[in-house]
Amino acid sequence: MAEAPLLELKGITKRFPGVVANDGVDFDLRKGEVHALLGENGAGKSTLMNILYGLYHPDEGEFRLNGKPLRINSPREAIDAGIGMVHQHFMLIPVMTVAENIVLAAEPTRGPFLDEGNAEERVRELSERFGLAVRPDAFVERISVGMQQRVEILKALYRGAEILILDEPTAVLTPQESAELFEIITSLKGEGKSIIFITHKLNEVLEIADRITVLRRGKTIDTVPREGATEEGLARLMVGREVILRVDKSPAQPGHPLLVVENLVVDDERGLECVRGISFEVRAGEIVGIAGVDGNGQSELIDAITGLRPARSGKITVNNREVTGDSPRECLDAGVGHIPEDRQVRGLVLDFTLAENIALHDYREEPDSKHGWLFPKRLTARARNLLKEFDVRGGGPETRAGALSGGNQQKVIVAREVSRDPSVLVAAQPTRGLDVGAIEFVHRRLVEERDEGRGILLVSFELDEILSLSDRILVLYEGNIVAEYGPDVSEEEIGLAMLGGKREATAA
Amino acid sequence: MSEGTGTDSGYEVVSRWYAGLGGFFTAVASAVLAFFVGGLVVVATGHDPFAAYKAIFSGTGLSWFFPWVQGDERFSAALDLQQTLIITTPLMLTALAVAFAFRCGMFNIGGQGQYFVGLLTALYLGHVFVGMPRPLHVLVCCVGAILGGAIWAGIAGFLKAAFGAHEVISTIMLNWIALWVGKYFVELGGWMQGSEPDVPRSYDVADSAKLWPIWGALQPLHAGIFIALFSLVVYHFLLNRTTLGYEVRAVGFNPEAARYGGINVSKNYILAMAISGAFAGLAGSVDILGWKFHQAINDYDVSFVGFIGIAVALLGRNKAVGILFAALLFGALQVGTSPRQLSGTDFPPELATNLSTMIQALIILFVGAELLVVYAWNARKKMGFGGSTTPRIKPQEL
Repeated sequence: MAEAPLLELKGITKRFPGVVANDGVDFDLRKGEVHALLGENGAGKSTLMNILYGLYHPDEGEFRLNGKPLRINSPREAIDAGIGMVHQHFMLIPVMTVAENIVLAAEPTRGPFLDEGNAEERVRELSERFGLAVRPDAFVERISVGMQQRVEILKALYRGAEILILDEPTAVLTPQESAELFEIITSLKGEGKSIIFITHKLNEVLEIADRITVLRRGKTIDTVPREGATEEGLARLMVGREVILRVDKSPAQPGHPLLVVENLVVDDERGLECVRGISFEVRAGEIVGIAGVDGNGQSELIDAITGLRPARSGKITVNNREVTGDSPRECLDAGVGHIPEDRQVRGLVLDFTLAENIALHDYREEPDSKHGWLFPKRLTARARNLLKEFDVRGGGPETRAGALSGGNQQKVIVAREVSRDPSVLVAAQPTRGLDVGAIEFVHRRLVEERDEGRGILLVSFELDEILSLSDRILVLYEGNIVAEYGPDVSEEEIGLAMLGGKREATAA
Repeated sequence: MSEGTGTDSGYEVVSRWYAGLGGFFTAVASAVLAFFVGGLVVVATGHDPFAAYKAIFSGTGLSWFFPWVQGDERFSAALDLQQTLIITTPLMLTALAVAFAFRCGMFNIGGQGQYFVGLLTALYLGHVFVGMPRPLHVLVCCVGAILGGAIWAGIAGFLKAAFGAHEVISTIMLNWIALWVGKYFVELGGWMQGSEPDVPRSYDVADSAKLWPIWGALQPLHAGIFIALFSLVVYHFLLNRTTLGYEVRAVGFNPEAARYGGINVSKNYILAMAISGAFAGLAGSVDILGWKFHQAINDYDVSFVGFIGIAVALLGRNKAVGILFAALLFGALQVGTSPRQLSGTDFPPELATNLSTMIQALIILFVGAELLVVYAWNARKKMGFGGSTTPRIKPQEL
């Protein structure tokens, strides 16, 4: 501990109505290190970083930069102090070039005009120095998500950042892109930059961080060096109890086909073909995982199976009953359960109570209603039992769904879908944005449902999730199934197929 | 952790209580503030605001509820109160028309047109079926008006569901169609013109179709008020205790989640608009069967019940009880400021109607501005100035 910290946060406390988001948090960053901030959702990571970046003001506590007290009241002041932040959602202007985006608000000018050449030159120089390989004259809308993230990093560097905050940077990346990001981080470190890496993914932390600070319920639990840290140990610190990280499951014993998709073609809103004639089946007692990078036809496929979007051609059969072109109601009745991709837009009516949300599919049937009369007390009673069974915390049947945390909202959806006893359960991104404890719950539940004899179609952009749950894996690339694997495939192989590599290999 | 799974957390309870109370409080505050600003205007015209408001109040007849008001005073208060309640009756119904559509996520500005369609339907049925037993005749007229209003509003719902036409535009257009077709019907030589050849006025409804007078003699309060009160109850139960209401609310809050849940969103747009129009149509029938009995051509130009209904629903926060009191306030204000209720010494009668309109507008303004206050409140908290115990308020909770 000879080295004095570059940045010190001491006793940071931030209260929001009803919660203490940060409760006397201590954090320090040394020059040239990668310091991971690890914690579940709602642990206070983002609040802490938003305070550091000047977006929130702490109720108590102090900052020190190079040993000197520092006050930050706005992002502008944070930038001036050499702090840069790469948000989870990029703040780039799609129709402008990379260089234009980077110099925005600090443009080199020649007279009243933007000095385009100078801007590009300076961006190219920075990009080469840190090994980012970004083309300054490319338009942002034309480059990949991974590239856009590098543009964000460059933007921070261009503004003179010495401290870089990366907020869940790998959430939007493919495994290859993540690996490249880690190389960039290493090179930034080599150039003396200090990095705060926010995440809830344990494997990443062990791969890239020098030190790890774990937050739980707004409090600093511990700061540990990477040497000697284990996934299990960190998970215990994060959650506060033992967590089973490996999904415990026996080999699948598939039965008869429950969901059969034949030559399915689906268009998106613009009428472009997004699912291009795919065929597969999901049998009773197996989990079929659909791997792929976002935007390769996953949403359209799910919508077609659940009746939310018409298929252009092809055939979908559930339980030997054809549901192609059926309404969402008919698909539900045929035995399709659906954990939707976006729980707040689609999965829940946030202004409804939990009891009302749980009744979303069944409100027209007894005992919820009879001859059009709704029985709120029965809704409440049923909800109370389900909330207990699925361990939903933070509210009762009369609580507004919007008042719950993401993990508990997801539990409500899982409870509703599973309790309808569906034959086929379509789970789209079922653990997106959830913390370790909730992920464990959802995963365990999906395996249990499989063992009950349901057919489960799992769509996820998280390769880890696909690999740990699926009994069979299909890779979707540009609307086609380009590869099928058993459960023991390597991450690299799938990663390659997700980027279309496999198709070329088979075509050759 | 400490809050169990069976009950709401303390924070939830407090914030909901606060939002509920806040809703009531801000509605009342908006009204008080509007009267205050209205009072300043009275001062500006060189009159005593207290005397003016006292005169308006006595014109509403609400003093009848005070037991110490006796004798002649009580008698005239009764007459005024009958007027107030007659005006309040259709306002409750047109407010329900706005509120029901609103709960399905739509803004029905067409209450006025739906009111005219209901009124003319009831007038026609009340005229042609002479000799029918009275209860049956009244029922036929009301059902006809309900259907008329429902179909008229249903057109807007259909246009939205089928073509995505915005209901604000289509209901406004339907208002004008109803107004001018209605005028044409009662115009000289019109299809519904009465027996006097030079008077542009409709025929009268038959006695068997008139609603029963229940209080007073001069222009008595009629049984339509029971229809309106009953409709408030229907509204509440329809919305909260039926699968139809569940669907309407789900669509109103989040159409995408409703669709995912298996609810036919298009069907609900049409149905909610139709039910909404049914309330407005019913308002037309209680007016024509209760006290108007016929429709003259210039009646169209002085009728604003459909539009005032929007204000009533806004102030009443789309809740049955809120609408009851808001309708009473607007009804009383209208009667209290009508020129015949005010003597020129307190306030120029010709300005009194304007004062009433102005106060109504101010109330709407303040109710709307309250949203701004809520945003400002939340923004202040986000900036970190707020105390730690201030609950976050969402506008829709108010």
